[in-house]
Amino acid sequence: MGGIRSAGDLVLRMQLAKSMRLKEAKKHVAEILGVNTDDLADCSVMREIRETLDIGYPMPSDGAAKGIEAKFRISEVLGIKINSVERFKQKAGIK
Amino acid sequence: MKENKKYFTRMGDGTGVYMTADEIRSDMEAGMKDAAARGKIPELTEEDQKYLFEIITMEGNVVGVKRGMEVVSTSDSGCFKLSYQANIPMDRTTSVLVNERVLGLDSVDIGNIDYSYKTVKPILHDEAKIMEIAQAQAVIPVLYGGMPDLGRYTKPDGPVDNWSELLPLGKIQEALAAQEEAVEHAVKDLVYIADGMADAGADGMNFDTCGASGDADFLAALKAVERIKKKHPDLGIELGMAGEFVMGMHGKLYYDDTRLAGLYPHKQVKLAEKAGANIFGPVVNTNSNQSFPWNIARAVTFIKACSEASNIPVHVNVGMGVGGTPMAYVPPTDVVSKAAKAMVEIAKIDGL
Repeated sequence: MGGIRSAGDLVLRMQLAKSMRLKEAKKHVAEILGVNTDDLADCSVMREIRETLDIGYPMPSDGAAKGIEAKFRISEVLGIKINSVERFKQKAGIK
Repeated sequence: MKENKKYFTRMGDGTGVYMTADEIRSDMEAGMKDAAARGKIPELTEEDQKYLFEIITMEGNVVGVKRGMEVVSTSDSGCFKLSYQANIPMDRTTSVLVNERVLGLDSVDIGNIDYSYKTVKPILHDEAKIMEIAQAQAVIPVLYGGMPDLGRYTKPDGPVDNWSELLPLGKIQEALAAQEEAVEHAVKDLVYIADGMADAGADGMNFDTCGASGDADFLAALKAVERIKKKHPDLGIELGMAGEFVMGMHGKLYYDDTRLAGLYPHKQVKLAEKAGANIFGPVVNTNSNQSFPWNIARAVTFIKACSEASNIPVHVNVGMGVGGTPMAYVPPTDVVSKAAKAMVEIAKIDGL
């Protein structure tokens, strides 16, 4: 689907975390982001959304959230636990 | 005149070939019927067959799915395809970022070059550190991948007798016992590595090429998934197969009252579901002596049945020598993209 160029990583996270079939995972992510499912793979639409939410995107601006920083936000946006985020909190003593 | 028009397509080894519409339809029908007969599954509908013909004969070196039908992707040995296989001097954690930020992959897996869990066991501490770095830098899900690879547990490299040597000697009971013992060794290793990767922050485990050593190999993967899910319910697991058919190297192994030998994808997926896998990766082997129309019709017939039977996402293997694509080091993009389109739009898969 294009990974962080689009919403591919987000859709895949719902498959991996909740065993959602593609249609269900796309619907879930689209509803959260406020777009229709056809837009999820559209890098033009998704770039703006990813920049606004600061959840990681290619060719990032300076100061943009990257790596684990972006995953903290993705975990909140999607409402799922991300293992590395939970581990970060534990190791940093903030959980 | 029109009937004599020939379309460019390929053989199962990637060689280019020109075929008439009648020849393509005839090969498609034979491939589809072969799958239906072997798997005891429905043939493709008339509508599916017409659309598949349209895809096979579509012009353009690369074809794509309709807008809105894009699917996500997982990988096997994703990270070392750049470093070890493409031979680019690059660390695996850098490869994760190239896959994420340049190639636009939806996820990627890290694996040891040997890609066997038995090999990883003594170096888990080092593999875990690679995962920790990757998780700090990546946004996309990063899984840890490898194969159950049951054959590695045989002597002289492993602890049990080699059933492939015992069977020809007529030592049947010994061969069965050796496989059963190997299953327990493999399960222990798979769970141990999953524990380590869960601690390192992995998004999931990819058990790839399950069933490569037969039904005992598949059983080891299923048992491991079940145990890992009990310990780490939030850790995602993808279970991918080695071939379309589970070989009965043992023949009397069962999981949840289902005999494993002889299962095709639509039945394999039900066991993956029961074990607790989040994603299932079916395989259909390519016959390099047959044409692409034969292979893709056969593969789509198997995978459509699998997708219809499944309650979890189905990420079909569409790569070198599987999923309708030619068995070639560099599979031609024209037929690879057509295979992917057919899998998405006809077999209704959830990912590649």
